[in-house]
Amino acid sequence: MADESLAVELTGITKTFPGVIANEDVELRVGTGTIHAIVGENGAGKSTLMKILYGMQSPDSGSIRVRGKEVDFKTPKDAIDEGIGMVHQHFMLADNLTVLENIVLGSEPTKGVQLDFAAGRQKIEEIGAAYGMELDPDALVESLTVGARQRTEIMKVLFRGASILILDEPTAVLVPQEVDELFANLKGMVDEGHTIIFISHHLDEVLAIADSITVMRGGRTVATVDPEGIDAKQLAELMVGSELPTPETTESTVTDVVELSVRGVEALSPDGRTVLDDVTFDIRQGEIVGIAGVEGNGQAELIDALMGIRDVSSGSIRFKDDDIADWSTKDRREAGIGIIPADRHREGLLLQSPLWENAMLGHQTVKPFANGPWVNRKGARDRTSTVIERFDVKTPGPDVNAIALSGGNQQKLIVGKEMIAEPHVLIAAHPTRGIDVGAQAAIWDELRAARKEGLAVLLISADLEELIGLSDRLLVIYSGRIVADLDPKTVTPEELGSYMTGVGAEASA
Amino acid sequence: MSVKKMLLSLLAPTAAIVFALIVAAIALWAVGRNPLDAFSSMWSFGTTTTSIASMVNRAIPLYIAAVAVAIGFQMGLFNIGVEGQYLLGALFAGWVGGNLGLWAPLHVALVILVAVLIGALWSGIAGFLKVTRGVHEVISTIMLNFIAFSLIAYLLLNWFRDDPTSLNLQTKTFPASAQLPGLNWMFTMFGFSEPRGISMHGFLFVAIAIGIFYYILVKRTRFGFELRASGMNPGAARMAGVAPKRMVVVTMLISGGVAGMVGLATMFGNLHAYTQDFPRGLGFTGIAVALLGRNSAVGMALGALLFGFMERSALILDLEDTPKEVVQIMQGVVVLAVVVAYEVVNRMIEKREIKAAAEATRSLEAGEEVAA
Repeated sequence: MADESLAVELTGITKTFPGVIANEDVELRVGTGTIHAIVGENGAGKSTLMKILYGMQSPDSGSIRVRGKEVDFKTPKDAIDEGIGMVHQHFMLADNLTVLENIVLGSEPTKGVQLDFAAGRQKIEEIGAAYGMELDPDALVESLTVGARQRTEIMKVLFRGASILILDEPTAVLVPQEVDELFANLKGMVDEGHTIIFISHHLDEVLAIADSITVMRGGRTVATVDPEGIDAKQLAELMVGSELPTPETTESTVTDVVELSVRGVEALSPDGRTVLDDVTFDIRQGEIVGIAGVEGNGQAELIDALMGIRDVSSGSIRFKDDDIADWSTKDRREAGIGIIPADRHREGLLLQSPLWENAMLGHQTVKPFANGPWVNRKGARDRTSTVIERFDVKTPGPDVNAIALSGGNQQKLIVGKEMIAEPHVLIAAHPTRGIDVGAQAAIWDELRAARKEGLAVLLISADLEELIGLSDRLLVIYSGRIVADLDPKTVTPEELGSYMTGVGAEASA
Repeated sequence: MSVKKMLLSLLAPTAAIVFALIVAAIALWAVGRNPLDAFSSMWSFGTTTTSIASMVNRAIPLYIAAVAVAIGFQMGLFNIGVEGQYLLGALFAGWVGGNLGLWAPLHVALVILVAVLIGALWSGIAGFLKVTRGVHEVISTIMLNFIAFSLIAYLLLNWFRDDPTSLNLQTKTFPASAQLPGLNWMFTMFGFSEPRGISMHGFLFVAIAIGIFYYILVKRTRFGFELRASGMNPGAARMAGVAPKRMVVVTMLISGGVAGMVGLATMFGNLHAYTQDFPRGLGFTGIAVALLGRNSAVGMALGALLFGFMERSALILDLEDTPKEVVQIMQGVVVLAVVVAYEVVNRMIEKREIKAAAEATRSLEAGEEVAA
C-alpha cells in the first residue's frame, strides 16, 4: 500500500548497537513538497535514523520507501541515486578551493577528458536563481561566512540532483539573520517541489518553518504533530516525556560547608564565541548538584574549565579556601577534585594498557601509585585489585588490558578508582552512559553513599532519571548559561523541557 | 598463558624475516644469482669474528638512534631530526674533545655531555616551536636537519678546523685520554679468534646503559607512564593532569639528548675527531630500527644487530659480483613486514584477552550464583 504522495516512508525501523537500542520501531511519513521537522533530545535517535535514510547504516529491521518505491540502501551513493541528499552539521568543504570547485567535486561535468567548469557554473547559476540562493561561484570557501558555507553545502546536494534534502541541525551554527535567509531558501526549494527533512531542537524555529513535526524520544517516534495545533511548551513536554521519574526520598545530607564555588565564570571558544556565560553556582559538602541540558550547550566547556583544561576569561573558581582558576589540572587533581569523564574512551582509558595502569591514570603522582619519581607497580596493582573487588569489576585480574572489558566494567573501574581516592569534589559526567542496568544501579549507589560521607558532586547527565533521582538541586544550562535552578522534587516535565530548549528563558525574561 | 603470549610475540618478527628472505630471494634470482648460494655465503662471511665485531660497531649507533626516535614515538612525536642532532652533537663533541686534556674518565664524560647538550638543544628548538607556534615537529625537525648540515659545514670550515694547511677537513684529533679502548679482548677471552683490522667499540657499554636507561624511564618512572599515556590517549592524559606542552618539550629534549650520542661510538672508537666524511644517515636508519623493534629496548637491540649483520654480510655479495643493494631491499621489506605482522599478531592477542575476560566474567557470575 505504497502512498505515492509520500516522499519518504519509514516503517518499523529498528537499529541496535551492542548494548544500545538506537531506534526502535520508528515510523516516519514525509509528504512530498513539505518541510518535515524531527525534534528530540540528544540520544533520542534522530542521527541514527537519518544515517539509515542516507544509507550510512543499515537498519536491523523495517522498510524504507522513497516515493512509494521500496529501497535498500547499502551506501550513501545508493541514497544519492534515489535523489536523497544530506547536509551535515559539520561542513565538509575544502577551504582552499572555490565554491564552484567544491560543488562540482566528485561529480565533475566533463567535456572529453577536460573538466567543464562553464557547464558547472551555468548549472549553479540556474539552481541559485530557481531557489533564490545567492552564491559567488568563484569565491574561496575560506573567505565565506558560515551562512554562505551552508548554502554551498546545500547547493552541492542540489547539484547532484537531490529532491529530498536532510538537514542536520542546520541552524545550530547560524546567526539569527542567516537563519532567516536559510528559511527563505528552504521555502524556495519546497515551492519547486523539493522535500526537506529538518533536524533541530530549537523549537521556535521548528514551529516557524515546519509543515509537520515528528518528536523522537528514547529511540522511538512518540508523536507526529501539526505545528498549527501546538506550542513550544507542549512540544518540549513531548520531547522530555510526560512523566518524570520520582526522586528517591532519601534524607538530605547537604551541609553548609561550600566545597566548590563557581562565580561568574566566562569562557571563550578559540574563534571568540562565548561558550560559558556568567556561570555561577555552589556545591556544598554532601550535595549533588545536577546539570541538565541538551548536549552542546556548554557542559563540556564547563567540565574543562573546572578541570583546568580550558582557560576562563573571567570569573572565579574557589575550591575550599583557594581560588583555583589558575591551577594546573595536576594541582586540582592532587588537591582532591575527581573526574569521571564524559567519554570514557576518549578521556578516561588507555585501552591497550593493563587495568592497573588505567587505575593509575589521574593519580599517577600520588601514593600508592607513585613513590617519588617512580611507579610503584606493587602498590598500583594492589590498589587496582581493591577497586576491582569493592566495585565489582568483572575481570580476570589487574593485568588485563582495558579493551578486554565490557563498557559497564570499564566504567565501574573509572568510577571506582576516582571514589577510592576519596576526593572532596567529584565531577561526574554521564557516569552511567551506555552501560547495563546493573552497573548503573551500582554506580548510583556508590554516588549516594559518597554523598552521605560528605562528597560534593557535580553531576552532568543527559539521563533525566539519573539527574532527578540523584540531585539535590537541578541547574539547567542553555547556550553556556545557567538558565534555571530547580528543585528535582517538584520540577515538572514542561518546566524542564522548556528551559532545556531555551523556551523558558524567554518566557521568564 | 604468558608463555603462549611470548611465543605469539616472537611469531611476528619471525614471519617478517622469513617474508623478507623470500623477497630478497626473488630479487637475487632476478639478477641471476642462486639465492641459497648467496645466503649461505652471506652467512659464512657474516659470522666470522671480524664480521661480528663489524656488525656490533654498525649496530651501536643504529641502536642509540632508534632509542632516540622511540622516546618520541612513545608519545606520538616524530623526531625525524635525529640525523641533524647527532651530527651537530658530534661536531661540538669532537671540537671540545680535541682541545682538552683531562683525566681520561672526566674527559670522556665531558665529551658525552657536550654531545647530549647540543643534541638536546637542537631538538629542543623543534619542541619549542611546536608548543609556542604549533609547528608540526616533522616539518621543523626535517628543516632543522638541513640547517644543521649547513651549520656544520660552516663551523667546520671556519671555526673548528684543526690545521688549515692540511687537506683533511676535521677537528683536532683526540688526545689519548679521550680514546675509548676497544673490546676485541672479549673474543679471545671466550676462545674465539681475534677480529682482524677492526676493533669492537668500547662505546658498546654506553649503548647498553642507554638501553637500560630507556627501559627504566619508560616502564618504571612516573614520567614514562605520563609519556606513554600521552601517546596512547592524549585526551585521557590531559584529564589525568599531564600538561601536554611540557610533555612535548621534555620529550623532545630527552630524545635529542640521546640522539646527540649516536656518533660518539665511531668518534671514540676509530675516528677520534669530527671529520668531513663522518658517517651520515644513521638517524634515518634509526627510525627504521625503532619501527622494527617496536620501541622495545630489547627489540630495538635485536633490530639494530640484524641491520648491522645485513649491512656487513652484504659486502661479500659485491665481491661475488652481485649487487649488494639486494640487502637494502631486504632491510626495507623486513621493516614493512614487521609492521604488518605485529598488527596481525596484536589483534590475535587482543581477541584472546577479550575472550578470556568474557569467560572470567561468566565464571565469576556463575560462582556468585553458586555462593548465593
